[in-house]
Amino acid sequence: MMEAGRHPNINLLAYSEVKSVKGKAGDFTVKVIKKARYVNETECTACGKCFEKCPKKVPNEFDMGHGMRKAIYLHFPQGIPAIATIDKDNCFYFSTGKCRVCEKFCEKKAIDFDQKDELITLRSGAIVVATGFDVYDPTHLTQYGYGKYKNVITALEYERLICAFGPKKGELKRPSDEKHAEVLGYIQCVGSRSLKDNRYCSSVCCMHATKEAMLAKEHDPKAKSYIFYTDFRAVGKGFQKYIKRGEEDYGIKYIRSRVAEITEDEEKNPIIWYEDTVSRSVKRKKVDLVVLATTLVPRKDAPALAKVLGIELDDCGFFNTDPFTPTDTTKKGIFVCGYCQGPLDIPESVAQASAAAERAADVILAGSLCSQER
Amino acid sequence: MNELRIGVFVCNCGTNIGGFIDVPAVAEYAKTLKGVVFAQTNLFSCSESGTTSIKEAIRENNLNRVVVAACTPLTHEPTFRAACMEEGLNQFLFEFVNIREHCSWVHMQQKELATEKAKELVRMGVARAAFLETGEMTDVDVIPSALVLGGGISGITAATALGGIGIKTILVEKEKKLGGILKDLYKLYPTGEDASKFLDKKIKSLMKFKNVEIITSTEIKTIEGYIGNYTVTVKKGEKEKEYKVGSIVLATGAVSYEPDKSKGKDFFNFDGKKIISQFQLENKLKKGAIKEKNIVMILCAGSRTPERIYCSRICCMTSIKNALLIKKANKDTEVTIVYRDLQTYGTDYEEELRKSKQAGIRFIRYNEVKPPTVDTKKKSVMVYHELLGRDIELPYDLVVLATPLVSHADVENISQKLKVPVDEHGFFLEAHVKLRPLEFATDGIFLCGCAHWPADITESISQALGAASKAAIPLLMGKVTVEPIISYVDEDKCSGCGICEENCPYGAIKKDPEKKKATVTAVICKGCGICATNCPEQAISIKHYKPEQVFAQLEAAFKEE
Ligand SMILES: Cc1cc2nc3c(=O)[nH]c(=O)nc-3n(C[C@H](O)[C@H](O)[C@H](O)COP(=O)(O)OP(=O)(O)OC[C@H]3O[C@@H](n4cnc5c(N)ncnc54)[C@H](O)[C@@H]3O)c2cc1C
Ligand SMILES: Cc1cc2nc3c(=O)[nH]c(=O)nc-3n(C[C@H](O)[C@H](O)[C@H](O)COP(=O)(O)OP(=O)(O)OC[C@H]3O[C@@H](n4cnc5c(N)ncnc54)[C@H](O)[C@@H]3O)c2cc1C
Ligand code: SF4
Ligand code: SF4
Ligand code: SF4
Ligand code: SF4
Repeated sequence: MMEAGRHPNINLLAYSEVKSVKGKAGDFTVKVIKKARYVNETECTACGKCFEKCPKKVPNEFDMGHGMRKAIYLHFPQGIPAIATIDKDNCFYFSTGKCRVCEKFCEKKAIDFDQKDELITLRSGAIVVATGFDVYDPTHLTQYGYGKYKNVITALEYERLICAFGPKKGELKRPSDEKHAEVLGYIQCVGSRSLKDNRYCSSVCCMHATKEAMLAKEHDPKAKSYIFYTDFRAVGKGFQKYIKRGEEDYGIKYIRSRVAEITEDEEKNPIIWYEDTVSRSVKRKKVDLVVLATTLVPRKDAPALAKVLGIELDDCGFFNTDPFTPTDTTKKGIFVCGYCQGPLDIPESVAQASAAAERAADVILAGSLCSQER
Repeated sequence: MNELRIGVFVCNCGTNIGGFIDVPAVAEYAKTLKGVVFAQTNLFSCSESGTTSIKEAIRENNLNRVVVAACTPLTHEPTFRAACMEEGLNQFLFEFVNIREHCSWVHMQQKELATEKAKELVRMGVARAAFLETGEMTDVDVIPSALVLGGGISGITAATALGGIGIKTILVEKEKKLGGILKDLYKLYPTGEDASKFLDKKIKSLMKFKNVEIITSTEIKTIEGYIGNYTVTVKKGEKEKEYKVGSIVLATGAVSYEPDKSKGKDFFNFDGKKIISQFQLENKLKKGAIKEKNIVMILCAGSRTPERIYCSRICCMTSIKNALLIKKANKDTEVTIVYRDLQTYGTDYEEELRKSKQAGIRFIRYNEVKPPTVDTKKKSVMVYHELLGRDIELPYDLVVLATPLVSHADVENISQKLKVPVDEHGFFLEAHVKLRPLEFATDGIFLCGCAHWPADITESISQALGAASKAAIPLLMGKVTVEPIISYVDEDKCSGCGICEENCPYGAIKKDPEKKKATVTAVICKGCGICATNCPEQAISIKHYKPEQVFAQLEAAFKEE
């Protein structure tokens, strides 16, 4: 992030959305709405005085609702660019006409309630789409009790809880009673690899569950983790070694199984009922906290964005590419990389991002489409 | 510069540091240190207002050394160096003290001790700053052409990409023909295309580029030089030729593990005839329909074992592909896949798995503790069936072993010539597993495809395009900038023993044959200091990390002012 933010050739337009794309490879005209932050970008130093004083609290989306933020806020502390934003829908001044507390405390006089959305027109030779994924909402998969039992959370929520900058400052306190979660159950393929939900494998969750279980142990030596899986997908560089370390040094138990249902006891401890597919017997495991490895799905706005860009989606809803031209979309001059075109982990996304950059450079440097026809 | 005028800036980093360390106390403490004429706190030193106030302070207090105690040099060293330069202060007179990653983030629970530690770190930084010297960045010219080593699909793709953006490229392949593993394959997953047709198409589009020179049956004899300036000597038969290139893409791929027939007994009774590898099966399929009626495929044959712990990523899908092809050609053929975990990750492969189940291919899981055995007398594969709790017998007329991709036998050789590392399995080791997957720690050399790790074609192509893009950057920029933080040799002390040359991981220091003294090539040297610590004469030191600079810092660590 820092590197991109600092690069002299990169003009970062955050809090902005692409509205329309016209033209063709080598010459696109892109209209972008730069949304009003109600804060002057050149003045704000993200000092934090405004969000300290702002009286309006809202659940923090970045922490998946496990913490609170103010109506004026930073998306997350390390975010680039570090500029405060007023969430108009929740700000007292915008709803009642009274407050302006932030304005009073901002030493840089950066607050600007009159700021307007700005329409910016860009011209570019090529476009790279890297819009990533959404996490699947598992509420309708009632067998897991997500939404019903407080101590059943998604992996992304878990990542926020265990994060040193997260709402619990890195202490793994479970939602129901703030008790330290020591026995953890991780359920894999939630919503994935299923004809009823998402047909595909998200590719990253077997590994992130292992990482999460390791983190639990590093935060609390008493932690015990049980990972309930179907096939364990550890195909990347060094991954098998990693899970071996998980088993041997971190005491992670990998259980090949099919989870049937999660129930809860009086103390709100989740109980995982599962069929051990190795011995084909039905077993149960009481845990303090359940972490669901939910599918990583195409973003909700992917169809709309595809329309704006004039590109196609594949059967799973990701931006369509051919397997052997992995960064080329169905429209010339528009390229993709990362999770928005299908499951990839970080190193794969990083490598593919360089690939998309190459394809884009090809359009711009070749100055014509000759080498496009590879 | 005579009088020392050190300025210290202690950052709150919002609450990242300020929340755990008493930042004003650290700044006050800094004022008491020798040479410090100015100290202040900043909320975010790196912000526009932060750097502005640092610049003001430099100007107003006539500072000649700047110490910022904040986050990591990785993120903001350039920011503060720039601030110094804008005030006419040499950027190497700036010292970064990390009180976030090295202090506040790791001692969140012990605020008082963290504050004490921060003071000590600042004291060390100030002590070092007193001895800092100016330095200059140098620009080195770049030869605007590239070498691609290996002509498999990765090398072909990288060379096509480089050619396409107008870079003169040399593609070196040791075999007679381009194509790598793909030369020997039948059809390709997930598209179902003919491997040879696909390859022909790719080679044709490569040939279109006149600026790409393809040399086959050729190997690298020597590679000398550094980013922007490599001299590559290639050898074709007896003939040798020299090329000058600015950057290198390594795409030497891997090979399918072929068990030793004489040791077949220990390897599922492998004989290369009735018990073969998937690689051999591809060849068999190329030659015509499979006549055998009962086929058993054993997965993870030779992989995910204590000796070769890794999963080779492509063999599950290769097996499913070939099983489906056989089943499609003749639906009466029984195909059974005996597996441990099925690696059909992502969207397309999961679909292929579904199709293969629909096509009637049988899947039986085995446990690594009781691996399947091949009984050549009974012509059966025996598998311990976990659900039934007993062995089951699968009659066969053909057993196909999914063996892993392994590194080339001569990988050490390339690794030494290029001075880039390999891991314990002989796959090349990138600079950073997550964030720099296509680069080496050595600048100017890039990596893609199965040379890095088993990868399918889609992944190999992505990586190859990415590596080409990385390799093109210095060539298009026309120059590389090098920091002066490098080793230098005091020739009076150097005895010419050559120990430094042996130890330098980058090949940056060499004994000059005439002078009999060690000499350093600035662009290659990473300033790692290995040579300096190994030099028996203490003739070597690292600029910016000279003994007096480091010792001052160390002494400050242990003494209270
Ligand atoms: C719980 C969890 C743990 C994980 N742990 C690991 C791990 O340890 N290691 C690992 O390698 N991988 C891990 N992953 C996978 C990793 O998150 C992905 O590989 C990676 O985030 C993909 O990067 P991306 O840039 O493609 O997408 P994203 O990270 O989703 O980024 C996409 C960006 O695009 C922006 N965006 C979206 N739409 C628009 C639009 N219309 N206009 C402008 N901007 C837009 C989004 O706001 C976002 O900033 C994990 C995933 C999960 C869910
Ligand atoms: C049996 C089998 C079936 C497969 N089927 C599929 C499939 O259907 N679909 C799919 O996506 N993937 C498949 N794969 C994987 C696919 O083969 C790889 O993704 C692909 O070959 C990787 O290409 P590469 O260029 O990185 O490596 P390689 O194909 O190994 O090419 C490397 C090249 O470098 C050359 N070389 C090596 N060392 C040197 C040197 N020192 N000097 C000069 N040249 C050198 C080699 O001779 C070779 O030509 C299969 C693999 C196997 C083993
Ligand atoms: S005006 Fe809005 S953003 Fe500012 S302090 Fe009041 S509620 Fe918060
Ligand atoms: S990566 Fe693992 S948990 Fe995730 S969908 Fe694939 S098999 Fe399931
Ligand atoms: S890809 Fe499949 S067969 Fe190959 S090593 Fe991995 S699990 Fe085993
Ligand atoms: S400092 Fe490191 S890179 Fe530089 S010459 Fe010495 S050993 Fe080589």
